[in-house]
Amino acid sequence: MIVLEKRAEPSRLWAFLAPVVAIAAAGLTGAVLFALLGRDPLLAMWTYFIEPLTSAWSLEELAVKATPLALIGAGLALAYRANVWNIGAEGQLVMGAIAGSAIPILLPEWNDPLALFVMLALGLAGGAAWAAIPAFLKVRFNVNEILSSLMLVYVAQLFLDWLVRGPWRDPMGFNFPKSVSFTDWHVLPAISGRVHLGALLALLAVAGLWLLLRRARMGFALKVMGSAPRAGLFGGFSMAQACWISFLISGALAGLAGICEVSGSIGQLQPSISPGYGFTAIIVAFLGRLSPVGALFAALLLALTYLGGEAAQLALGLSAKVTQAFQGMLLFFVLAADVLVHYRLRLQRREAKS
Amino acid sequence: MNGLEAFLVTVIPAATPLLLAAVGELVVERAGVLNLGVEGMMATGAVCAFVVAHISGNPWLGVLAGALAGALISTPFAALTQKLAANQVATGLALALFGLGVAGLIGEAYVGQPGVRLPALNIPVLSALPFLGPVLFSHDVLVYASFVFTALVSWFLFRTRAGLMLRAVGVNHDAAHALGHPVVRIRVFAILFGGALAGLAGAHLSLAYTPQWVENMTAGRGWIALALVVFATWRPWRVLAGAYLFGTVWILGLHLQAAGIGLPSQLLSALPYLATVVALVIISRNRVLTLTNTPASLGKPFVPER
Amino acid sequence: MSINRRETLKLAAAAGLAAGTGLGLSSRVFAAEPLKVGFIYVGPVGDHGWSYQHDQGRQAIEKALGDKVKTSYLEKIPEGADAERALERLVRSGHKLIFATSFGYMDTVLKVARRHPDVFFEHATGYKRAKNVSTYSSRFYEGRYIIGRIAGKMSKKGLAGYIASFPIPEVIRGINSFLLGARSVNPDFRIKVIWVNTWYDPGKESDAAKVLISQGADIITQHTDSAAPMQVAEEKGVYAFGQASDMIKFGPHAQLTAIIDNWAPYYISRAKAVLEGTWKSTDTWGGLAAGMVKMAPYTNMPDDVKKMAMETEEAIRSGKLHPFHGPIRDQQGKLRVKEGEVLSDKDLLGMNWYVEGVDDKLPK
Repeated sequence: MIVLEKRAEPSRLWAFLAPVVAIAAAGLTGAVLFALLGRDPLLAMWTYFIEPLTSAWSLEELAVKATPLALIGAGLALAYRANVWNIGAEGQLVMGAIAGSAIPILLPEWNDPLALFVMLALGLAGGAAWAAIPAFLKVRFNVNEILSSLMLVYVAQLFLDWLVRGPWRDPMGFNFPKSVSFTDWHVLPAISGRVHLGALLALLAVAGLWLLLRRARMGFALKVMGSAPRAGLFGGFSMAQACWISFLISGALAGLAGICEVSGSIGQLQPSISPGYGFTAIIVAFLGRLSPVGALFAALLLALTYLGGEAAQLALGLSAKVTQAFQGMLLFFVLAADVLVHYRLRLQRREAKS
Repeated sequence: MNGLEAFLVTVIPAATPLLLAAVGELVVERAGVLNLGVEGMMATGAVCAFVVAHISGNPWLGVLAGALAGALISTPFAALTQKLAANQVATGLALALFGLGVAGLIGEAYVGQPGVRLPALNIPVLSALPFLGPVLFSHDVLVYASFVFTALVSWFLFRTRAGLMLRAVGVNHDAAHALGHPVVRIRVFAILFGGALAGLAGAHLSLAYTPQWVENMTAGRGWIALALVVFATWRPWRVLAGAYLFGTVWILGLHLQAAGIGLPSQLLSALPYLATVVALVIISRNRVLTLTNTPASLGKPFVPER
Repeated sequence: MSINRRETLKLAAAAGLAAGTGLGLSSRVFAAEPLKVGFIYVGPVGDHGWSYQHDQGRQAIEKALGDKVKTSYLEKIPEGADAERALERLVRSGHKLIFATSFGYMDTVLKVARRHPDVFFEHATGYKRAKNVSTYSSRFYEGRYIIGRIAGKMSKKGLAGYIASFPIPEVIRGINSFLLGARSVNPDFRIKVIWVNTWYDPGKESDAAKVLISQGADIITQHTDSAAPMQVAEEKGVYAFGQASDMIKFGPHAQLTAIIDNWAPYYISRAKAVLEGTWKSTDTWGGLAAGMVKMAPYTNMPDDVKKMAMETEEAIRSGKLHPFHGPIRDQQGKLRVKEGEVLSDKDLLGMNWYVEGVDDKLPK
């Protein structure tokens, strides 16, 4: 029988090796699966994992897809460390996008560089404000934040739906549900190809959060509140503070991701602006072992599975369902391998009752 | 059929899948495990129930297949979280993805086929009663099963030794382990049970509520079920109340629209979610009640110290 | 492994010809590369509704043109950043004709098309075109007028329940056309509308159908994708109309007819145009006459109603009857179309007002 034995310190070696082992194992299983489906297994694996990394175009696309995931995932990592369960990032993303889009939609004439700054600031504020609701309900009424933040996702999405079908509809758009197209002044500048400034902001956010958790007193307090609340209380921090800080930061970053997505990639407001980035980012946060830097890598890995999945759909005629199932399986392997970071596996004979 | 009667008759099937899945998840969470994969398990249960009923022509076999499939698809989650101490939140989300993908694959050839309907059990005499008959006594077996499971789970958790053990594991797994309770085994059984009930919820969707299979037919009901467990502060009868409250507000929105009250439909669609939050505020103000019911070990991995 | 087999055949053919003529001709000269036709769908192919019907059209291209084409698709592509990547990917993998099958792809299609002037794009239900971007849509409202007339005859209470998805011109046009048809045979006909805010959620659609029936509707029509309302109608013993595909299997006693999305004729003709080098940017809005809208067999109705339905269908097909012929008044009683005139395509395209008698308010 295999038993787990906790390591005194997380293994640095396995922290790097675990994902590699996991991907290899998933690749092997996937190869068998694809072979059973009558596809060339080697070609399938190449298409899924390697092909997206072989052209400048798809590397750019990888960055585009990873940007919102990294932004939100890093923020959620911070919140989850403090034991604050914000799972409503999707709603905060939507509200950030709405708040930021107020400028191009309501003040389309405001065409100078400042407008873009204000948009980004409004995005941050919109996300933070929407996240403040579950924070307030938690602190004031002890309402479970998992539930309130999740319910507010649906409300935010319906609010966006109402806006683009009603008051914010493009008057020249034949009554179709979309806002006016943003002018060049309201579009995030591109760095390379489709990669926009948002990617840089994501890197900055990751670095900022890393510093915060590493160096700042507040970051330390958040970690302590998560692992040993009592010690945190002695240190002069309160649960309420941890809750507010976690929600405001993670919400603001989700809001920023929202406005970056709308202004950098879509160029207008429409009924659906995110294919569930706020939910996928939860996986990102945990895959990244609740560290902002880890979230960055996890975001890239997940983005790769999306791109690889599409490539496989075209090259091999595998449906999106296969790639979705494979994505789930890959995550299983990554999570299973992660156990090696904290535990040693030991083979042991079933011993007689001691 | 008068208005109230029609209203109630619509609420019950809408609430049933939520109730079934939520009661299953409640047992899982009471054992200290958070399985966020309900949506995936429900979809898998729905498609397997549909396919088996379609092939065999027997809806009862379909129900059985739904429950089995739900339990089966939860095994990777059980293995990863219980044997390998993997993170439960992430594994659960991966299960949701995996289950939806697998369900889509299995169902690929069955899209657009009419399903086998699970017959309504018209209970003799009782179903002929005016009002009460159609409202209470003319539903399919899974509707009654959802009530029976609620009662059984409530009885099991709070009236039996095994239930006490399960709750003890959920409150403090280290202490339960020290007392000699088989923590991992109990949790694995809880997870399989939760999977089976999510599968039954799916079977209700694809055999009774809307007897057909289309991809993503669960349409987010698994997430609502998860929310209901928290909403109910991990008490079975409150899950029932929650599922029916949600179903009622949901159907009410449709009724108000059909009556032409002229509010934006988005607002009416948002009502169930807003109502849940408001109800939660009212419930949660009683801190003691919430704290005493929350399984303290929820979501934390257990590895026996040796 | 159809791809590989085809490659092998081609090689064999090339070898054979080279041997026969003694010339090492490149395979391109005689066995032209098949035209690669790509599709992006907003939903899963398994929705049995909108995306499913487009995929039926894709398969029809393969069936009709055989080896001359090779089709592929990307499903579940969200409208936004992902759509641009999906289109770009289709272009980069050699697709020369690309169908983008949801309104929300509009600006993305134009953006990608500008970068690739040598690739032909087709955008469904949009209104922005370019040199290499065509638009196409179906006049589903023609079918809705017919089912409105049938409803007017078949409903005992003169009250239909209408399950609507989102208040966009397409759906509003459908509601109006349905009511105009119904009122042309029963001037007191009324409808009740429920907006379910989704294109497909079988559970919610079936709830909406039940609610409408409980509020007195004895005929159900839907502008959502799933067959759930049809099943409810069958169970409750009322009539209903199928949507997107023939749903008779779901309501053998309930379905009166269905409005079928039939993209095949258009898709085949566009692929042919590319093969023949005659593709031009066009704006196609085809209805019954073009075969893009088809009616399922008229069932479960008396012969005189059936006859009326067929005559209506024929009149619309031949252009004798336009569903939006004057006089038409809107909800406020304002005359929108004068006697003897018909509503222009431009007004139809952006329709955001209800005709007289609709018991619902539009979001402003």
